[in-house]
Amino acid sequence: MEKHCLSLLVENNFGVLSRISGLFARRGYNIDSLTVGVTDDERVSRITMVVTADEATLEQIKKQLNKLINVIKVIELKPEDAIRRELVFIKVRANDQTRSQIVEISNLFRASVVDVAKESLVLEVTGSMSKVNAFINMISPYGILEFVRSGVTGLQRGKNMIAINE
Amino acid sequence: MLAAKLIWKCLEKEGVTTIFGYPGGALLPMYEALRSSSIKHVLVRNEQSAPHMASGYARESCSVGVCLATSGPGATNLITGIATAFLDSIPLVAITGQVNRDLIGTDAFQEADIFGATTPFTKHSYLVKDPEELPRIIHEAFHIATTGRPGPVLIDIPRDVQNENIRNVKYVDAVNIRGYKPTYEGHTGQIKRALRKIKSAKRPVIYAGGGVRLSHARPELLAFAERAKIPVITTMMGISCFPENHPLYCGVVGSHGFHYSNLIMAESDLCICVGARMSDRGTGGYTGDFDTKQLIHIDIDPAEIGKNINNTNIPIVGDAKRVLSDLTEKVITKDLKPWLKRIDKIKADNPVIYDDPSELSLVNPKRFVRDLSEIAPEETTLFGDVGLNQIWAALHFKIYGERKFFTSGGMGTMGYAIPGAVGATTYLSDADIHSRTVIAMCGDGSFQMAMADLGVIAAHNLPVKIIVMNNTKLGMVRQLQHDVYGKNHYSGTDIDFNVDLMRLVTAYGIPGYRAATTEEALDMMKTCFDTPGPTLLECLVDPDFMYI
Repeated sequence: MEKHCLSLLVENNFGVLSRISGLFARRGYNIDSLTVGVTDDERVSRITMVVTADEATLEQIKKQLNKLINVIKVIELKPEDAIRRELVFIKVRANDQTRSQIVEISNLFRASVVDVAKESLVLEVTGSMSKVNAFINMISPYGILEFVRSGVTGLQRGKNMIAINE
Repeated sequence: MLAAKLIWKCLEKEGVTTIFGYPGGALLPMYEALRSSSIKHVLVRNEQSAPHMASGYARESCSVGVCLATSGPGATNLITGIATAFLDSIPLVAITGQVNRDLIGTDAFQEADIFGATTPFTKHSYLVKDPEELPRIIHEAFHIATTGRPGPVLIDIPRDVQNENIRNVKYVDAVNIRGYKPTYEGHTGQIKRALRKIKSAKRPVIYAGGGVRLSHARPELLAFAERAKIPVITTMMGISCFPENHPLYCGVVGSHGFHYSNLIMAESDLCICVGARMSDRGTGGYTGDFDTKQLIHIDIDPAEIGKNINNTNIPIVGDAKRVLSDLTEKVITKDLKPWLKRIDKIKADNPVIYDDPSELSLVNPKRFVRDLSEIAPEETTLFGDVGLNQIWAALHFKIYGERKFFTSGGMGTMGYAIPGAVGATTYLSDADIHSRTVIAMCGDGSFQMAMADLGVIAAHNLPVKIIVMNNTKLGMVRQLQHDVYGKNHYSGTDIDFNVDLMRLVTAYGIPGYRAATTEEALDMMKTCFDTPGPTLLECLVDPDFMYI
C-alpha cells in the first residue's frame, strides 16, 4: 500500500481534530503523520496528513473527510506537483572524536547544529521524508539519544491553490 | 432575553411544535422557560425512547423530530436512539443539558462528554459555549439535519449558558457553512452515460432504498419504472417506496428478503441502485456477483458510492427525486419482455408459502400479517420492531397507496416500534389527522424493551395499535443459534418469565386481547381497529415458527 499526503482546510473550531482522528480510528484507516496549524485566516486551520492506503480506501478517506461539516476542503499533495517537507530534531551522542564527523555529515544534508553540549549535539534537518530518512541512517551509528519529527507538511507548486468555495 | 427562553423561541422559529424529553438538573432553566413556550412537551418514561419517538414523528410528518435530555445519564441514554437515526438517515435534533462551563472536564455530578460520545453517529454536533451563538447554532442544526442526506444533530448546552441574559437577540435566517454544500442535481454527463447503460441492458433491475422515501421520490420512481418497464426490488428500508400491488414490483432483497427477489437480483445484468447503501444486509442474499453485473449508483451521499461495492460503473451523486425525473425524460430500453417473462417464471417457481405448518399450532404469523394487510385500513403506518416480528411485518404486510412501513433497518434496534409509533401518533393527533392508523408490531422481547412507553400512550390516549407476537423466546437469535450450531443449541434466548400482558395493559387502562389462532387474531384485530385509542393484541406463536 502506498503513502499519500492529504492537505485539508478545516474550521478552527472545538472538536475538529477529534472528529478527524475519530473518523480514522473508527473506520480503521492508518495515519502515518498529522500536522495542524492555524492559517492566515484565524477561523481556518490547515491539516496535513500522510496516510497509508490503497486507491479505494484513499477515495473513501477523502469522501468521509469531506462529509465532516467542519472540513472545508480536501486535496491530495502529489509528489510531482507539491512541495512536501518535514522537520526533525535529533539529539545525537558526540564526543571530541566524533563531533566534527557529525557536523560534516550534517553539512552534506544541510542540517544545522542547534545545540552543542559536551556529550551531545542537537541537529535540525528539514526535507522530504526520504531525505530525512537518509540522514537518520547516516547519523544513527553515532547513537541517537532523542528524536522527534514534526510530520509532513506541504503546499502545491505554482498556480494550483487550495481554494474555499464561499 | 434569558438564553433558556431564546432556545425555545429559536425552536419555535424552526417550526417545532412537539418535543420528546425528560428533565433534570442541567435543564432547570430550559424547563422553567418551557412554561411560556407554545411547544408541547411529551414526557418520555426513559430517555432511551425519546430519539425513537422523535424519529417516528419525523418519519410520519416528513419533517424533523426533536428530543431533549439532561446531562450525564440522561444524555447517554439517548445514544442508541441517535445512532439508530444516524444509520437510517432520519432528521433529528437532540438537545442535551450540560454541567456549567467551568465544571466541564472536572467529572462533575452528572457530567458526561456527550459531544465526544456521539460524534461517530451524529451528522454534526455542537457544544454551546457562547449564548450569543444560540440562534446561529440552532438554525444550522436544523439545516444540517434536514438537508442533503438527513441525520441527527446534537446540541449540548451547559446550564449556565441557559441562564445568561442576552441583550441583543439576533435571529439568524441564512446559513453559510463553507464545508457543507450538498449536491442535489445529478451530473448531466453521468446521466447520459447511465441512459446508455440502461439502453443496452437486457436484464435491468431497480434496487430502491430508504433514500427514495427520504427524498419524497415515490412518484418519480413509479414514473421511471413504468416508463422504462424496469422491475423494482426494494431493500428493507426501501419498503413502501414502490406499490406492492404493481406488476413491476419484485419484492424485498437481502439476507432476510424473499428468495425470489434475490434470484431476480442475481440474474440481472444491470442494477440501478437508488438511495441505498448496498449494505451487507441488502446484498447478503443471493444477489449475485457485482464483478459481472453493471452498477449505476444514485445517492446524495458521495461517500456511499464505492464504499460497499468497489466497482461502481456509473456513480451519480444527487437527490433521487431529481435524478430519477432526469432519467425518466429520456430513458429508452431494449425490449424487456423476455426478462419480465423470466421474472414471472422465477416468481411462479418460488412462491411464498403461507400454509399452516402441520406440526405447529397457535397463530401463523406470516398468514396473520398477510391477512392483516387485507383488513387494515387503506391508510396505515406499520412500525416493525426488530427480530422475527420485523421480518414477518416487512415481508408479508402489503404496502401500497398511502401505506407506510418504518423500522430500524440499519441498527436493528429492539424496542423501536412502540416509541416510533408514539412519535407518529403524536404528530397525527396534533395535526388533527384522524384518517391514518398506526400499528406497532413487536415480539415479546422487543415489547419488554419498550414497555415503559405504555405510560406515554396512556397519558396522551395515543391510538397506537400494538401487536405482540409472543413466542416466549428471542426468536431471531434463537433461529440463528439453531441454524449456526444445530438443534437445541439454544442459549439465553428463552424469555424465562412470561409476563401476563393482559393484566399489564389493564394497569395502564389499555384494552388487551389475546389470540391463540390466526382467525381469532384477525377477528380481534378488527375489534382493535374499531376501538378508539390504544389497544394491544397478543398473538401466541409457536417458538418453532421461524421466518422462512
